[in-house]
Amino acid sequence: MTTPVHIGFIPLVDAAALIVAVDKGFAAAEGLDVTLVREVSWSNVRDKLNIGMFDAAHLLAPVAIASSLGIGHVKMPIAAPFNLGLNGNAITVSPALHAAILAEIDGDPFDPMATALALSRVVATRRKNNAEPLTFGMTFPFSTHNYQLRFWMAAGGVDPDEDVRLVVLPPPYMVDSIAGGQIDAFCVGAPWNSIAVDRGVGHILHFVSDILLRAAEKVLAIRQSWAEKNPLVVAAMVRAASRAAEFIEQPHNRSEVARILAQPERIGVDAEVIQRTLDGRLKILPDGTMRESSRYLLVGREDAARPDRAQAAWLYAQMVRWGQASFSPEALETAKGVFRADLYDAALGLTAKPANGSDAVGAFAGPAFNPDDIAGHLAAFRIGRQKS
Amino acid sequence: MGAESSPKIVIVDESPIRAAILEEGLREAGYTSVAHISEMQSLLSRIYALDPDVILIDLENPSRDVLEQMFQVSRAVRRPIAMFVDQSDSASIQASVDAGVSAYIVDGLKKERLKPILDLCISRFNAFSKLQDELDRAKSALEDRKVIDRAKGILMKLKGLTEDEAYVLLRSTAMREKKKIGEIAQSILTASELLK
Repeated sequence: MTTPVHIGFIPLVDAAALIVAVDKGFAAAEGLDVTLVREVSWSNVRDKLNIGMFDAAHLLAPVAIASSLGIGHVKMPIAAPFNLGLNGNAITVSPALHAAILAEIDGDPFDPMATALALSRVVATRRKNNAEPLTFGMTFPFSTHNYQLRFWMAAGGVDPDEDVRLVVLPPPYMVDSIAGGQIDAFCVGAPWNSIAVDRGVGHILHFVSDILLRAAEKVLAIRQSWAEKNPLVVAAMVRAASRAAEFIEQPHNRSEVARILAQPERIGVDAEVIQRTLDGRLKILPDGTMRESSRYLLVGREDAARPDRAQAAWLYAQMVRWGQASFSPEALETAKGVFRADLYDAALGLTAKPANGSDAVGAFAGPAFNPDDIAGHLAAFRIGRQKS
Repeated sequence: MGAESSPKIVIVDESPIRAAILEEGLREAGYTSVAHISEMQSLLSRIYALDPDVILIDLENPSRDVLEQMFQVSRAVRRPIAMFVDQSDSASIQASVDAGVSAYIVDGLKKERLKPILDLCISRFNAFSKLQDELDRAKSALEDRKVIDRAKGILMKLKGLTEDEAYVLLRSTAMREKKKIGEIAQSILTASELLK
């Protein structure tokens, strides 16, 4: 007997574990009859998950937390028993902005502090010349992209709400918008950075792993009430996604994975472009300059799939820092409770691990992140929009 | 306040036909202030310029995420906006998602005033997709007929049948194989291509 499950996803490379779980038969082997539904907006994914049209979804980790807290939208407690990906985004800038940053940079162009300080000088010059503020595209108010951009530029003294414009743009529109000059830069997941480079309209300035070593990006999101009623189905989903993640991380499977993801009803872009992301080997400049990072996108390796409460706490801290949420110890606990390592461990027959003592986030600026001391984290940064 | 007489409604939809159907419906129902945005570039500034009380957007539109930014506390926001589809009316949410439309209401307009607008949207969106289905069906029926005609021609030539006999052969084969006549006809065309 098979259980029908409807799962919504956005066509991005970090939906790989779900897509491969279905298309390689790992889900079917767990007795799941999964229908993957491709969506066009995070709002749709969130709403269809909320009202039960989806049983589970590929969701921005911060949206899962925001939904559980009832900020920005209706309150819907979410359980996230599986991380679909850590990292995977990049910051791409227009050739003109890249040139301006390189002209101001004092140091290594891959050092985010050096680029952030250079950006602050570019911003100051533009202000002096009465030029329009720079515009940065990101994918959603509650997105890692938004927080990564803000964390990076604020470290260099750029106030993301005062000194530049941050605008939401759907990922498929990013490339056209940077080409058309409506935006000067963007932070988005794969494959859009590579497509901008291929079209000669963008230069990849940073992999987001330059900014944070580990950032929970997308989660497998399930309504908490549904997860409680269907524990066996949840466990089966986790196992199927886990087998898929293992499969994806085997380098010799990568070209097959890229072909699966490239299908028109899945992500629908060139397999070669997808493979670059999986391999963490990206063309960063139109002239063919390559950059490689073993941390570009983590799907399963380095324990990436196991939900980490400290990651949830960091995301919540960013919501507080930028005025999306006010701080309370209860809300912090709720946020941490979205990331369900217990469900992950139970599904895979693992014994619970003690919390990782070291810095779970690895940010390039500020002190090591302590998930129990949000106030300390926030006090370390000068720029912010905290509600009193 | 203008909103008391007729709330200002903005339709965000890249389909001009559906937007027209919706706009017509709203006007017939007495909503005189209706604008349509079909261009997604600089969507927020267009919306701010129109300063609407209600925003309707189709769910196939990726720019729905752009609207979410309006809920954020930011200097750019002139008026706070809340989403209408709260948990108090789940039937209405379900119906609107099924129909493929979402509504946003600008703070200040009474929620009950949105209900008839949303109901109208749902019925017009459903009418549009019915129309679209019919159109698609008609198109594929036409395609089928072309394919069947060509298959009949091949059978007539190869087996020396009359047109009626060729059709009967197609139909009986389709019934035996539990397939549509169009599918059988298509496989005849494919086979004859291969055997050329």
